[in-house]
Amino acid sequence: MLIARVIGELVATYKHPSHEGRKILMVQPLNLDGSDRGVAVVALDAVDAGVGDKVLVVTEGFGACTSVGRFLQPIDMAVIGFIDHIELLPGVS
Amino acid sequence: MYFGRVVGCVWSTVKNRNLEGHRMLVIQPLTAELANTGQRIICTDCTGAGAGELIYWVRGREASYALLPQEPATDATVVAIVDSIHLKSKVAPAPPPPAAPAPPAPAKGRKPRKG
Repeated sequence: MLIARVIGELVATYKHPSHEGRKILMVQPLNLDGSDRGVAVVALDAVDAGVGDKVLVVTEGFGACTSVGRFLQPIDMAVIGFIDHIELLPGVS
Repeated sequence: MYFGRVVGCVWSTVKNRNLEGHRMLVIQPLTAELANTGQRIICTDCTGAGAGELIYWVRGREASYALLPQEPATDATVVAIVDSIHLKSKVAPAPPPPAAPAPPAPAKGRKPRKG
């Protein structure tokens, strides 16, 4: 799973029917210190996240499909939770 | 899913039987700001996207679920055509500087008469 921040929303009129009715979010994966990690990806929303939220993103098909509630559908990333706080051992950065 | 743009097509005459009838597109991955990033890849297509259109695609086993019931041998499929993208700017715009106190307005009373 990824720590990520929601940076935007996509609008797609013509899409696979399994993506209807869910927000399509652009999320930027983050490092533990909050800096950007790699390129932004697209994820379906399962928890009603909004722009600016720090979220948990599952990046594997089975987890994404089940969290959105659509089995055997072409979904490989979903936002499955909000991150309130991350606590690390002393000395870990 | 990953965000990108259609930059071309692939023709293949001899291929896996399950792939027959499916379009294959060349996709350029993009950042959220529409800058090119990474290597171009080939995706099958379930939307009918054309050259130059913004799309997003699914990778992995789920890519073949978009083309059920055939389940062709693919590991990336275009699943949507993106109309628009609404981004929050990464750096919040600086608040405007506090307005300088306006100079005292001239009194609007009568002008003293001369003489």
